Amino acid sequence: MKHETPMLDQLEAGPWPSFVSDLKQQAEKRAKNEEGIDFQIPQDVVEDLLGVLELSFKDGETHWKHGGIVGVFGYGGGVIGRYCDQPEQFPGVAHFHTMRVNQPGGKFYKTEFLRDLCKLWDFRGSGLTNMHGSTGDIVFLGTTTPQLEEIFYEMTHKLNQDLGGSGSNLRTPSDCIGQARCEWACYDTQALCYDLTNEYQDELHRPAFPYKFKFKFDGCPNCCVASIARSDLSFIGTWRDDIKIDQEAVQAYIGGEFPPNGGSHSGRDWGPFSIEKEVIDLCPTNCMWMDGGKLKIDNKECTRCMHCICVMPRALRIGDDRGVSIFAGAKAPILDGAQMGSLIVPFIKAEPPYTEIKENVIEPIWDWWMEEGKNRERLGELMKRQGLQKLLEVCGFDPDPRMVQEPRSNPYIFWKEEEVTGGWERDVDAFRKKHQR
Amino acid sequence: MALDYEESKTKLIDGLKKKSKMKTKFYFKDLAKILEAKPREAKKVVNRMITEGELEYWSSGSTSMYGIPGTGKQAAAEHED
Repeated sequence: MKHETPMLDQLEAGPWPSFVSDLKQQAEKRAKNEEGIDFQIPQDVVEDLLGVLELSFKDGETHWKHGGIVGVFGYGGGVIGRYCDQPEQFPGVAHFHTMRVNQPGGKFYKTEFLRDLCKLWDFRGSGLTNMHGSTGDIVFLGTTTPQLEEIFYEMTHKLNQDLGGSGSNLRTPSDCIGQARCEWACYDTQALCYDLTNEYQDELHRPAFPYKFKFKFDGCPNCCVASIARSDLSFIGTWRDDIKIDQEAVQAYIGGEFPPNGGSHSGRDWGPFSIEKEVIDLCPTNCMWMDGGKLKIDNKECTRCMHCICVMPRALRIGDDRGVSIFAGAKAPILDGAQMGSLIVPFIKAEPPYTEIKENVIEPIWDWWMEEGKNRERLGELMKRQGLQKLLEVCGFDPDPRMVQEPRSNPYIFWKEEEVTGGWERDVDAFRKKHQR
Repeated sequence: MALDYEESKTKLIDGLKKKSKMKTKFYFKDLAKILEAKPREAKKVVNRMITEGELEYWSSGSTSMYGIPGTGKQAAAEHED
């Protein structure tokens, strides 16, 4: 290797996989170049990457400069400029830009597609990828400025593939695998994700928001893409009717004929399955009980925690009247700490062309946030600053007890003057007749 | 009412030049304020100016800003000009 990396080498010592080993493997592969690739960026880019990282460990500070004017024509996102502040020492990473590639729905694709992407990236970039970034994108790590347009052309013209979002844009919408493989998906997550990605191309590529904005789509409340915690607008599948119960299958679980949890947790013997201990007693709203050998559910108390369905998937199934709940304002820390999404739409049907979702939810929220949001203020922070009530007002939604986090412990309701009979004004003389000073 | 493009362009460039001694990169909200327009109307003008090379994007990766091409330290420092 070009640089000594004693500190990085320690990261390979443990039993766990190490990115340092991966980088060394890639550095070696580029040095040998058995495939005879005509590398368009320095062949030793990965060795210099290891070198600059070692130096950062030694100095206890980063040697990357933040941001830049790089991009592809007409796009304000998808490329993140990265420059090294020690270019003489590490010329291979003097430019080391990141490109975000909009991942296919549910993140599944053919190996042929992956090979094509990797071939392009080996040729015009470092060959290092991040599969997948936290937004879900396929992330290409490290290329030089002249390669950006070339890569973009190849991707859009030959691979039918777009860049993802970065900066003050709509970020690449991300979804769970949905109805493609999961029986719990209450709507077609991939269809909605794809539709909104196409509908909001302008928002994805031309930044005019106060800050980032994320959509994520979960087919059911198991929330496999954690939309409720990570997206400004989270779409979670749900149902309005009753959980479907197959009483025979319930008995089969009780009798040990079917393994609970679909056979997971089978690494050790947990003893015989107990429906009381493992299902009924764990129901967060205590809405389940056995009655004469039959499992009963008080569906109006169910909060869709999914636990019983996950434990006994052959006996319990999601209801048939399906749609989505929409949550707004989740985000990671920085201002005010991490925040979970607040329920703003308890139930809405998710059927193409999704006009109601677009016109009554997404667009009014954007209009409000674009006008009222401060620079670098996330939707969740604006909601905290101006209140959930304001968001409901801009969307024209009626407040609903389900939107209140703790309806039984917080008795305060803030009324507006027009909502109160008689308003705030009173006749002081009339009041004084009854009440002394 | 839609903004007149040429008029808005002059207004925006003059506005940005006036402030260019203080700073060279601006948030989208700053541009909308100079244009005295709603964000969606301002975006149309800004998008066209980007396409015509009158404005350029700057991005940290998390936040995006706008500037007049060639201004600021960035261009020379990063060998992009």
